[in-house]
Amino acid sequence: MDMTESNPSAEPGSALAELRDDPSSRKRFLRMAGTGVAGSLAVMLAACGSDKSTSSSTTNTGSPPATSTPSASADASGDLKILNYALTLEYLEADFYQQVIDSGIVKDKMVAELAKSFGDAEQAHVDALTKTIQSLGGTPAVKPKTKFQPVLDKGLKTVLETAATVENLGAAAYLGQAPKIKNKEILAAALSIHTVEARHAAGLNMLVGRGFKGKSALEGSIPDGPFGSPMQMDAVLAAVKPYIA
Amino acid sequence: MTTMKQTNPELAQIEVSGMTRSSFLVRSALTAGAVYGTAAVGPFVSGAFAQGGGGDLDILNFALTLEYLEQAFYAKGVRTVSGLSADTKKLAKQLRDDETAHVDALTKAIKGAGGKPVTAPQVDFGKAYKSEKAFLKLAQTFEDTGVSAYNGAGPAISSPDILAAAGSIVQIEGRHAALIRLANGVTPAPDAFDKPLDMAAVLKAVKPFIKG
Repeated sequence: MDMTESNPSAEPGSALAELRDDPSSRKRFLRMAGTGVAGSLAVMLAACGSDKSTSSSTTNTGSPPATSTPSASADASGDLKILNYALTLEYLEADFYQQVIDSGIVKDKMVAELAKSFGDAEQAHVDALTKTIQSLGGTPAVKPKTKFQPVLDKGLKTVLETAATVENLGAAAYLGQAPKIKNKEILAAALSIHTVEARHAAGLNMLVGRGFKGKSALEGSIPDGPFGSPMQMDAVLAAVKPYIA
Repeated sequence: MTTMKQTNPELAQIEVSGMTRSSFLVRSALTAGAVYGTAAVGPFVSGAFAQGGGGDLDILNFALTLEYLEQAFYAKGVRTVSGLSADTKKLAKQLRDDETAHVDALTKAIKGAGGKPVTAPQVDFGKAYKSEKAFLKLAQTFEDTGVSAYNGAGPAISSPDILAAAGSIVQIEGRHAALIRLANGVTPAPDAFDKPLDMAAVLKAVKPFIKG
C-alpha cells in the first residue's frame, strides 16, 4: 500500500498572497473584520458597494438587509460552539491513534501505516480548528482526558472496531453540524474534514469486516446506504462519553 | 442569479448591492484568509468559492450531471468490463445502486424546488473498460472528483435543507472513494483535508467522458 501519495496543499490564491504580503491592505481587512468574522461580511459588502455602484442592481429580494450586529455575533458564537465541539472530537481521535501506536498493539505494517496516517490527519484537524477558533477570538476547548486503556486491553480487534466507530461518529457529527454553520469558510473547512472522516470510517469498517451495510448507523463501510446519516451533538457526546475520563 | 427565494439575509443583501454571490464569497474568503492566516483556511480558499453565479438549482443540476456520469460508469462497467473479480463486481454494483439513488434524490430535489432536471449526458469511458485495473483507476478519479465537487459547491448552497442533502450524499462519495482506493491498494484518505474543486475544474476533469 502506498501511503506516501498525497496532494500538495492548494496554493493560496494570488489575491490572498497579495493580502498577506501587503501590510496596508492586510490592516484594512483586519480592521474590517474587527467586529467578528460574521460581522465583517456586512462591512465587506458596504466596502465593495462603492466600486460596484454603477452596475448596482436595484432588485429588492424582499428580505431586509442583514445589518444587526447582535445577530452577527450570535452567528459567530454558534460557529465557535460548533468548532469547539469538533475540536473535542478531533482531540479524542488524535489521542486514540497516538495511544494505539504507542501501545505497539498493531504489528501489521499496513494497518500501522494506516493508523499513523489517520492519526496525523486528526492532529492536522486539531491544529486547524484551534487556529480558527483563536482567530475568531474564541478560546479553544482543552484537550479532554481520555480513557482508552480498557479498549487497548481488549486487543487489536476491539481497537480497530473502536477506531471505526469513532470515525463514523465523527463523520455523522460533521454532517449534523454543516447546515448550522453560518460562516462560509468555516463551512468549507468543515466539509473538507467531513469527507476525510468518512474515508477513514469506510476504510476501517472494511478492515474490521463490516462489509457494505451494517446493523446500525455506525457500522458497515456504507452504513446508511446511499445517504449518510447526521447525528446531533447530544447523541454524539453520549456515544463518546465512555472514552472520556 | 436564479429567481429562487433567498433565505439567507446576507445573500439577499448581495443582490441589493449588485454583487454576484460568487464574488462575494471569494471576497469574504479572502478576508477570512487575512484574519485566520493561510494555515487555517489556505487549502479551502482557492477551490471552495469560485462557483459560477448560479444558485442552488444550478448546483443541484451540476451534481446531477456528475451522478449520472458515475451511475452510467458503474452500470455499463458491470456489464462490459471482462474479467472483473467477484469483489470488484460486488463493489461496482453497490456503487451503481448508490449513484442511482443519488440521481433519483437530486432529480426530486430539483423538481421540488421548481427547476428542470438536466438529462443524462451521453458518455464514453473509452479505455477504462479494457481491464479491471483501468476500470478501478477511473472509478477512483470519479469518486475523488465527486467529493471535491460537492465540497467545492457546498458553501455556495443557500438552502440549509439542500446543504444537508448534499452533505449526506458527499459523505457516501467519500466512503466510495475510500473503498475504491483500498481496492486499488492505495491509502483511502490521501490528505487530511479533502480539497474542494470549483465547477470549472470539475467539468474539465470529467469532460473527456462526456460526448458532445
